[in-house]
Amino acid sequence: MSRVAETFARLQAAGEKALIPFITAGDPSPALTVDLMHGLVDGGADIIELGIPFSDPMADGPVIQRASERALAHKVGLRHVLAMVKTFREQNQHTPVVLMGYLNPVHVLGYETFAQAAAEAGVDGVLTVDCPPEEAEDLTAALTAAGLDPVFLVAPTTPMERVREIARLARGYVYYVSLKGVTGAGNLDIDDVARKIAALREHITVPIGVGFGIRDAETARAISVAADAVVVGSRLVQEIEAATPETAKEQLTRLVATLKAAIR
Amino acid sequence: MSSYDFPDARGRFGAYGGVYVAETLMAALDELNAEYARAKADPAFWQEYHHELKHFVGRPSPIYHAKRWSEQLGGAQIYFKREDLNHTGAHKVNNTIGQALLARRMGKKRVIAETGAGQHGVASATVAARYGMECVVYMGSEDVKRQAPNVFRMKLLGATVVPVESGSKTLKDALNEAMRDWVTNIDSTFYILGTAAGPHPYPMLVRDFQRIIGIEAKEQMQEMLGRQPDMVVACVGGGSNAIGIFHPYVEVEGVRLVGVEAGGDGVETGRHAAPLSAGKPGVLHGFRSYLMQDEDGQIIETHSVSAGLDYPGVGPEHSLLKDIGRAEYVAINDDEALRAFEDCCHLEGIIPALESSHALAHAAKVAPTMGKDQIILVNLSGRGDKDINTVAGLMGITL
Repeated sequence: MSRVAETFARLQAAGEKALIPFITAGDPSPALTVDLMHGLVDGGADIIELGIPFSDPMADGPVIQRASERALAHKVGLRHVLAMVKTFREQNQHTPVVLMGYLNPVHVLGYETFAQAAAEAGVDGVLTVDCPPEEAEDLTAALTAAGLDPVFLVAPTTPMERVREIARLARGYVYYVSLKGVTGAGNLDIDDVARKIAALREHITVPIGVGFGIRDAETARAISVAADAVVVGSRLVQEIEAATPETAKEQLTRLVATLKAAIR
Repeated sequence: MSSYDFPDARGRFGAYGGVYVAETLMAALDELNAEYARAKADPAFWQEYHHELKHFVGRPSPIYHAKRWSEQLGGAQIYFKREDLNHTGAHKVNNTIGQALLARRMGKKRVIAETGAGQHGVASATVAARYGMECVVYMGSEDVKRQAPNVFRMKLLGATVVPVESGSKTLKDALNEAMRDWVTNIDSTFYILGTAAGPHPYPMLVRDFQRIIGIEAKEQMQEMLGRQPDMVVACVGGGSNAIGIFHPYVEVEGVRLVGVEAGGDGVETGRHAAPLSAGKPGVLHGFRSYLMQDEDGQIIETHSVSAGLDYPGVGPEHSLLKDIGRAEYVAINDDEALRAFEDCCHLEGIIPALESSHALAHAAKVAPTMGKDQIILVNLSGRGDKDINTVAGLMGITL
């Protein structure tokens, strides 16, 4: 059983929902990332989504775009991200880490090379935003062979025949995009999300996480009623933006604790 | 070459192209693909398209013999395909009309577009006005500064121009922002993509709407000279004017196809926009193709005197044509393009776009090495009125 599946099994047994915070590796500086990851766990993170910085984050709103730009100002590339996970694993062997990013950095490294290096570093899953199932065959095969979970997005616009295809390929969990828009947008319809998740469960057997536009404990709680996991990204990145390097970890821990308490 | 039939059903041009977008866009792209398949098979659609090209754009665009320049160069005879004479001043409108007609078929009342130099933005604003649609154009804030007359033109036509402040603040960032708008307003909005790039079906769609350039040229050359050119030359940024004139010639033997990328300060300096000459395959903006990128797979900033060629990727069909050796791709530096710009003004009485000046420069470079009975056809893809501020600036003149 993968570390992601173990985590969901444990939470389910305890009647809990998973909190999945997202931060971008290298934001605000590479030296802080591992510490911030530990801070997320201290606050109650069940799984960490770690963003791979990219020069052209097409699916992201301004907050995560800025996080990418800050990381890239320090020249943080995919190899550095893997090194960060490796360092994180020295002290934490139980919290799954899912890398989230765009395909090109992975493509350039080569799918097999990447999958092996990621597995060795202690990565558990990979979500490449701009790689839908149609294009994911080779990458999915490489990830699965290395024991990594390929995580896929499902959108409000995804028709059911595509949901079935995604269900066939997805391992770990499926990430339901809660709105039509970019990360951090503000047009979330909670009732609609709940209906969609119920429909998705007819085809999808792995847990379903929900993200995009979840900004506060109240929304997180409402979403967690229907979802197995709640993903919070832009709100945390804003917290990093507003903090100083000295206070960032403490502030993140506190915010994550509030969110976790709301969905417990 | 008898089996050249791309893209395949998955939008692949050999190893290039495809549909690399976030899940939210997949349904919209499938819908567009299905609607285009219906439109493609509908004679009424093409009838209206051709009617618009004739009466609104002024097609067919003429073929012109650049006699004085050819004589001065002393080699091959250079002919221009005069896309600069189109309404709005460039080839871009061929595509925006096609896509706007599709948008209307799909019942979309709002169109969005990205633009670099502003030519595609103007062509999109124009058709939006013509068909009564709301139009929002995304443009890098650096380009907004560089291309003030085109920004005003779009506003006159009723479009909203949104300056994009992210990343390098140029064309690629405008494209990112247009994609973000599309993903947010997917039900109401049609994205008029300006070049033969992006996720499937856009590279095919744009090519099909730009093929008119090559289709006309073939007929006109036959009529005028009783033969086809030895070489067809076109500038390549995203590559829509080039694929438009190349595609009908792909299976015509004996016609060399030459794409000219922006060499900027020189390909060897790294400050250029020539992914086919100096990049390697990668994935950006929904498709796989040659890309300008660093060893981490980050997209690197491009440099060119011509805003319309200032793009780090290139349409996937050009990557295929390069790999199979059916087209050759070369780079022309800023200073060479500017020299051709001036020569074209002085010798032919035509002010060419800086983009097209790259193609002209290459033609002027190779013509002397060819025989006087040989023919080079250059796609003069746009007129240079929009560039007079840039050129004046380079001459140290304030207008």
